[in-house]
Amino acid sequence: MSSNEWPLWEVFIRSKQGLSHKHVGSLRAADAENAINNARDVYTRRSEGISIWVVESKLISASDPKEADSLFDPADTKIYRHPTFYEVPDGVLHM
Amino acid sequence: MKDINIEEKEREFQAKIDADIKIEPNDWMPAEYRKTLIRQISQHAHSEVVGMLPEGNWITRAPNLRRKAVLLAKVQDEAGHGLYLYSAAETLGSDREASIDDMHAGIAKYSSIFNYPTLSWADMGMIGWLVDGAAISNQVPLCRCSYGPYARAMVRVCKEESFHQRQGYEIATTLANGTPEQKAMAQESFNRWWWPALMMFGPTDAASKHSALSMKWKIKRVSNDELRQQFVNVTVPQAELIGLTIPDPDLNWNEEKQGYDFGTINWEEFNQVVQGNGPCNKERLDARRQAKENGMWVREAALAHAEKRKAKMAS
Repeated sequence: MSSNEWPLWEVFIRSKQGLSHKHVGSLRAADAENAINNARDVYTRRSEGISIWVVESKLISASDPKEADSLFDPADTKIYRHPTFYEVPDGVLHM
Repeated sequence: MKDINIEEKEREFQAKIDADIKIEPNDWMPAEYRKTLIRQISQHAHSEVVGMLPEGNWITRAPNLRRKAVLLAKVQDEAGHGLYLYSAAETLGSDREASIDDMHAGIAKYSSIFNYPTLSWADMGMIGWLVDGAAISNQVPLCRCSYGPYARAMVRVCKEESFHQRQGYEIATTLANGTPEQKAMAQESFNRWWWPALMMFGPTDAASKHSALSMKWKIKRVSNDELRQQFVNVTVPQAELIGLTIPDPDLNWNEEKQGYDFGTINWEEFNQVVQGNGPCNKERLDARRQAKENGMWVREAALAHAEKRKAKMAS
């Protein structure tokens, strides 16, 4: 890798007021301001957003897909956390 | 012991693919799957970037302000497409800089269509209509590709390409309905782009060396010949509607297959262009190399500026 390659940034866009920022992709930029400007040009050319977050990719910690089973399986067996688990007599309204 | 482990992983991987579960960057994948995707995605990225050159040739000579604004927006989109794709390749561990250098050295390929010259304004119409049209036919099935980041990039690209094709067809229509000279210009341009556009789908299924594995891995969903046939079927009526003649004496509607039969593609020409002997191969690579060299100071200056600001904020 050449030494003057710009760092990699992840880009998050809020599409409209009231919605959360969503990951849309990544780009390279010299610094945060440069990354926001580039993200504006690359990811919002057709009014896709009203707000941009950027974060350097190397700062993101991610869960390991190999550990997905041990991390997420426990939730699968706890169906009593969902409202559909419970029986409600016929005729009950507003519940 | 290790081999059994890999076999097991490959089985699990194929089971995910068969169940249409997307593969994401940190998931285990066979080395060959990774390699195939890096090759395909970076070639695709290079094509988007080199693809700006034939159209860039006409920005300063667009016939009016509307056409100029549209062409600028289209070329800017192509730069964006290149970026989405380089980013997707990077998620597989591809080194963007090295892959660009491979293209500049002639080791990595890009779509051979961009090695043809743009000789008249009508070519802007044909590129949008035929070249982007063929690209869309190729890219729509890629939106369902098994590799998540590539599929997501393709969704964005396809949304944007449909404007490209329409603006091209609008240019072609305007010329075809214009003066006899304008109509002749459109036909002459159509004659030059028709066959190279058909070549964009790549070698015939019988001759395509990467196809079988790519289909099994759902990187590729539809074969080259099927995509080419679909493109001919939709494009011929579009040409007829605006009074352009398909430059193929063997073109005939085949009632039985509900599609057009068409003449044999000049594969010798295709191979020559792929091998670097097309009309503009050298010019395109020179332009890319110069763009990198001449733009290097911008990269360096931006980095120096960022460093300086960081230092200032720290003090």
